[in-house]
Amino acid sequence: MLKEITLGQYFPGRSVLHKMDPRMKIILLTVFIVFIFLTKNYVSLAIMVVSVIFVILFSGVSLKLYFKSLKAIIFIVLFTSVLNLFYGTGDPLFQWKFITITQAGINTSVFVAARIISLVLISSVLTYTTSPTDLTDGIEKLLKPLSVFHIKIHEIAMMMTIALRFIPTLLEETDKIMSAQKARGADFDSGNAMTRIKTLIPILIPLFVSAFRRAYDLAMAMESRCYHGGEGRTRMKVLKYSKYDYIALCVVCLLCIGVIICNIRLPITLRTGM
Amino acid sequence: MPLLEIKDLSFTYGPGTVFEKKAVNNVSLSIEKGDFIGIIGHTGSGKSTFIQTLNGLYKPTEGQIILDGKDIWENPKKIRNVRFRVGMVFQYPEYQLFEETAEKDIAYGPKNMGLSDSEIKERVMKAAKFVGLKPELLKKSPFELSGGEKRRVAIAGVIAMEPDILILDEPTAGLDPNGRDILLAQISAYHREKENTVLLVSHSMEDISRIADKILVMNKGNMFAFDDTKKVFARGEELEKIGLRIPEITKIMIGLKDRGYNVSTDIYSVEQAVNEIIKLKKPNRKG
Repeated sequence: MLKEITLGQYFPGRSVLHKMDPRMKIILLTVFIVFIFLTKNYVSLAIMVVSVIFVILFSGVSLKLYFKSLKAIIFIVLFTSVLNLFYGTGDPLFQWKFITITQAGINTSVFVAARIISLVLISSVLTYTTSPTDLTDGIEKLLKPLSVFHIKIHEIAMMMTIALRFIPTLLEETDKIMSAQKARGADFDSGNAMTRIKTLIPILIPLFVSAFRRAYDLAMAMESRCYHGGEGRTRMKVLKYSKYDYIALCVVCLLCIGVIICNIRLPITLRTGM
Repeated sequence: MPLLEIKDLSFTYGPGTVFEKKAVNNVSLSIEKGDFIGIIGHTGSGKSTFIQTLNGLYKPTEGQIILDGKDIWENPKKIRNVRFRVGMVFQYPEYQLFEETAEKDIAYGPKNMGLSDSEIKERVMKAAKFVGLKPELLKKSPFELSGGEKRRVAIAGVIAMEPDILILDEPTAGLDPNGRDILLAQISAYHREKENTVLLVSHSMEDISRIADKILVMNKGNMFAFDDTKKVFARGEELEKIGLRIPEITKIMIGLKDRGYNVSTDIYSVEQAVNEIIKLKKPNRKG
């Protein structure tokens, strides 16, 4: 049951996106998301949506997985876009009792839906094609300048790596403990809210105990291998930009220029900034 | 009528997804009341999945599990009752403990069964005695106990439900040799006294050969053999071929046979081997 969660999961592969440097991927993702929200007319929106689709096809990860990640947010998308439908200003296209639908309303809801979906999909591409260790390495490198302010970047990155590393382990453990308690007659599927919360106790306590045990063991193992924080630590795999990164950078730059030109030259369809 | 009948049982993880994996493939067997069955097989041979279908933790993809003449999935809402009758002790069961005291933790199962307080108390005491827990330990927090004691508390927690069939998944994993022997002896004594059915999963052929009447060998999700212990060990060479470690003494007998001595190879204890070798010597004795 819990094994079906794909959020933040990594799927090894050999696509161009897998070969890219995590730093570049993070930077380009950020730029990409900013520009998804800067689109002001259908042409520029189309540029971003089409490029999201291309990126997905390039990632070499099964399309099924992307649909799965969309399944989780489909409700939010529907809710916000339906809500936006009724809040447009201007001449009504359709009127029934208190419901008025305007062209502006339709525009906003299309934009909202397209933006949220693209946002989720493009972020999924990052996690699907980047291993957790690469991802945190990239974040650590990118945040390095902040250490001027005495922020312990290495420690933060290490904590993130460890947290990510233990998500599958803890999920598996939860599964096991649930089975063990079910075998002793625990009932998770019936009863009112209060009794249901009570049935969680036999799962949560063993889970916490084992999380602490694992934390102690890990700390001990790290210390016995002389870990003492990030100072003077070198990397086995040094991050390096390759030709793929520069190509990707150029492509994203062109996309951004395209969006800017469309926004300036073509009539703006979306006036209310989201 | 057999107590538990397994008919053409198959189980597939995540059917129709990228993670699809057939773990149990077309297993059929009958378990009689009072059997003590050892289950062996490699890691990933499907034995853990197999036993979890028996008490309804996994629903079989194909096939049926019939307990006392009734399909256990006939009424999915009543599956809890099946779990009370088919008790399951998981691997490293000490990680399931959660209550304030060992006593309360053992009482968790019986409490879920809806028994009266006096009945629960009695069952807890009995179960604790079976696994050799001293009464003064019952008032302690389970987290203060030693590893071996924790495991006993967890096993007692399942025994206290007094299941007709008790399944144990590697109950001795991680225990020292002495603790292992004691625990196996206790399980064996429990089986003799209650005359119930026990299924024991283990990696150790030696352990299983000592206490099981019948052995189920799993290999790659299939049932490789299910027979009396003696008959299974007679196929020692086949067992070795699928990569199972057979008892040293069985290996010696196979070696003797290979060198042309007329000995049987269905042997798994030193005493049996001694008798067999003496038999061999007698007719050859001259004078």
